[in-house]
Amino acid sequence: MRRKERIDRGIKVRTEGIYAISSMREILYLLGPRLLLIVGLILLPFILQLAPYWARVVNIMCVYALVALSFDFLANYVGLVCLGGGFFVGVGGYLSAIFNTYLGIPFYLSIPLATVFGAFLCTLLFLPCLPLRGVYFAIVTLMYPLLLTRIIEAFDILGGTNGISGVDSFPNQYVEHYAIIVVLLLVLFGLRRFVNQDIGLVLRGVKDNDQSVRASGINVTHMKALAVFISAGIGCFGGAYLVHLYMWAGISLFALDFSIIPIAAVVIGGGGTLVGAVVGTFILVPLSEALRNLGTFRIVIYCVALTAFIVLKSEGIMVYLQRKYHQFERWVKV
Amino acid sequence: MEGRVPACGWGSAAGGGDASPIRSNRRAGVIVEFLLYGIINSITLSLLSLGFTLVYSISRLPNFAHGALYITSGYIVWLLLNRLGLPYPIAVVIGILATGFIGALIYRFILIRIRGMEISEIIATYAIGLAIIEGLRWGGLRGMTFTLPPFFPGSVILAGVSVDYQRLSIVAIGALTFLGLYLFTHFNKLGLALRGIAQDERAAMMLGIDSDMTAVVSLAIGSGLAAFAAILLLPLGNIVVEAGYSVLIYAIAVCIIGGLGSWGGAIVGAFIIGFAQILTEAFLSSHFQMVVALLAIIVTLLLKPSGLFGKQKELEERV
Amino acid sequence: MSSETILSMRGISKHFGGVQALSDVSFDVKEGEIYGIIGPNGSGKTTLINCITGFAKPDKGQVFFRQKEITGWPPHKIAHVGITRTFQIMRPYYSLPAFKNLIIPLWSPRARKLGGWRGGGKHGDRDTVAVDILEEIGFERDSRVPYKLASTLPTGYQKRLELARCISMRPEIIFCDEVFSGLSMSEIAGMTPLIEKLKMEGVTLIMVEHRLRELFRVADRVMALQFGEKIAEGLSGDVIENKQVKEAYLGSEEV
Ligand SMILES: Nc1ncnc2c1ncn2[C@@H]1O[C@H](COP(=O)(O)OP(=O)(O)OP(=O)(O)O)[C@@H](O)[C@H]1O
Ligand SMILES: [Mg+2]
Repeated sequence: MRRKERIDRGIKVRTEGIYAISSMREILYLLGPRLLLIVGLILLPFILQLAPYWARVVNIMCVYALVALSFDFLANYVGLVCLGGGFFVGVGGYLSAIFNTYLGIPFYLSIPLATVFGAFLCTLLFLPCLPLRGVYFAIVTLMYPLLLTRIIEAFDILGGTNGISGVDSFPNQYVEHYAIIVVLLLVLFGLRRFVNQDIGLVLRGVKDNDQSVRASGINVTHMKALAVFISAGIGCFGGAYLVHLYMWAGISLFALDFSIIPIAAVVIGGGGTLVGAVVGTFILVPLSEALRNLGTFRIVIYCVALTAFIVLKSEGIMVYLQRKYHQFERWVKV
Repeated sequence: MEGRVPACGWGSAAGGGDASPIRSNRRAGVIVEFLLYGIINSITLSLLSLGFTLVYSISRLPNFAHGALYITSGYIVWLLLNRLGLPYPIAVVIGILATGFIGALIYRFILIRIRGMEISEIIATYAIGLAIIEGLRWGGLRGMTFTLPPFFPGSVILAGVSVDYQRLSIVAIGALTFLGLYLFTHFNKLGLALRGIAQDERAAMMLGIDSDMTAVVSLAIGSGLAAFAAILLLPLGNIVVEAGYSVLIYAIAVCIIGGLGSWGGAIVGAFIIGFAQILTEAFLSSHFQMVVALLAIIVTLLLKPSGLFGKQKELEERV
Repeated sequence: MSSETILSMRGISKHFGGVQALSDVSFDVKEGEIYGIIGPNGSGKTTLINCITGFAKPDKGQVFFRQKEITGWPPHKIAHVGITRTFQIMRPYYSLPAFKNLIIPLWSPRARKLGGWRGGGKHGDRDTVAVDILEEIGFERDSRVPYKLASTLPTGYQKRLELARCISMRPEIIFCDEVFSGLSMSEIAGMTPLIEKLKMEGVTLIMVEHRLRELFRVADRVMALQFGEKIAEGLSGDVIENKQVKEAYLGSEEV
């Protein structure tokens, strides 16, 4: 009988305490992966100047990554599985379009306003479903974006099926790129900090055992509302940005894509790591762009990949990579 | 009046089409028409949701691929009819069996590994359904050219309201199906066993009933019922992939109103939504059919998550 | 001072479907005492705690805390006024290390209002406070135990962690739902001083127990429940001699 044993690398153990860092190598060990992501993302628009089409894909990819982050945070740190990521995107997008076209607010104000108001609106609308558990919450949230789509269609409001066009675009390509890249990095590292803060721990407690959190004198509904607010804000920003990118807001913002692709990305990248959500999107979205001429077959690919990862109970790419990075394995006799 | 057989009001549930059956005849038999089409619509909805309810009640699996299976079966029958030129009845039988088989395969190879993890079950079945639907669309199931012929062409005038035979046959067959199901589960040994499992899965497991086996069977039957509904309803409209989504939503709406896992509840739920849809259609427009269903889901879950007849008390859990 | 009534129940009834879990239970608990609740399995002890701490709504009856009615309040509000509980089915925050489990009660509005814990500054580092509390309750500070994932802790430590969660709220009343069950004799012997220390600090303890001998050693007064009804109340020695209580426990090896 043999069994695989996993042991932390010496460098991991040494660098765990912040005071232990003594050599360049150790600092690099800690910062390397982070720097790779940050510098890589910031340089990406420059690298892709040769391929303008792909430069645009980067923007969309970052939007998906934001939505994936919002899903990962809500599902794996608070325990609310929200299948309607498209709802946040749609609300943020429409709000920004309304602010920009109807009220004439410039994009640098309409996006933040849409983020904040959208987060408020989504939280308000989700408030009644917060006591729901598991499946029920998932089903309701799946229905929200569909309902809003149908209402817009049925009442023919907000431009009906044609959507709202004439939304301002970004002044230049760099603003367009860095508006989303910087926010993505901020959200990623901000969330990572947040979930290890005391208040983040309370949210994780809600996921593990909400009864016990209640018995500790904390209003669980407030905590969940806070989490939804954060998550909705992230999604709304994505939507608001997208509207200015496309110069158009329409019901396709609520589309399934924004609900299913981020989920697939999180499952493939590794749920509960946050970085995994970003890595998952960075794999899935370019892949799907490369397969663009396959049309709707791309959704089939997403779904098959998603099902495969769920069924094989895969830990996700990021968890695997982290393990390889921090630990080595050897076989031992039992 | 006579010419609008395939395009029907609740066509968006069963297939395509938007024309309103009520608009056309305001004066004469508005009440009769309302009742008649309300009943037809309600029975349609309960047929649509039957498979979903059955699977959930017997094996607690939320089969979000239900709508996809519905549309798949229609497409299979169409292929058998038009490509292989099989006779209609044989195509229908093969279609139902094949869909049931697909359902069994889905459980046997995919769901069996994530049994009991509710969220994974939802995401996985939903993803499978999406893959099927979008795969069909990619494979050429587009446009309005895919139709199944009605079993009983023609129509009659009932109390001044024109109804085609296909719709009447839906009501009759639907009612017979429910009656048959009732008799089966109340007077047949196997049916009683199934009902027992539906009511208390844990007890059934302790009695040594193989839960995987019942899940395979229930998914096969549930998918077969989706196919059965599709074959009855699709001749009223076109086979369009979008119906896969709406059928799923209608099935969920009906089940949630009635209480997930409650068979009687599902039929009551179907009648509530069915008549509500016909009402909104009469007074607003047919666009509101889906709004009604979605609102019904959300409102029910918010006010009484266990539905009208649900047995679970998911909110009062043990501490 | 110690004779003042802190908690009183008036005619609490609760049923689940056809099961009458509690019928017309009334009792008073005095400040600073250890009050035991005993009864055979399914006699409604946990349900009683649930009704008082807000996790279940009683069908009838009232609960008073310091003469103020708290019936039907939500759990977090009840915990906020200082009534905490442990859970019979222990579920610590599995994904967090043991000491981080205490961050959650320490973050609660009550703990923040009362300031740092026993002398710690108002904005004192919660991590240090958490490790202090754990040490006090029997986690060895210098070992790795407080830093281990809560899911990997043995039962004894998980029970202590439950108690620690209550203590970090700086409560006035702690309901202990079977903290002794599942522990070895030596583990119980380790827990008893903790209970006594809490009592000395003025905390009122209400202990639901099956381990009668250990309970009677610490409890001041005891109440017995059977089929949701109060069948006896009084000093430990008297209750155990009660005929009905003996009958209720007949066949059980505990007595
Ligand atoms: N949420 C619930 N739903 C239905 N019945 C319940 C619920 N909670 C408790 N009961 C029933 O109420 C009765 C009392 O249960 P309770 O848990 O209060 O007993 P207990 O005295 O704590 O038992 P034990 O010593 O086993 O912990 C039991 O018959 C139990 O089955
Ligand atoms: Mg108990």
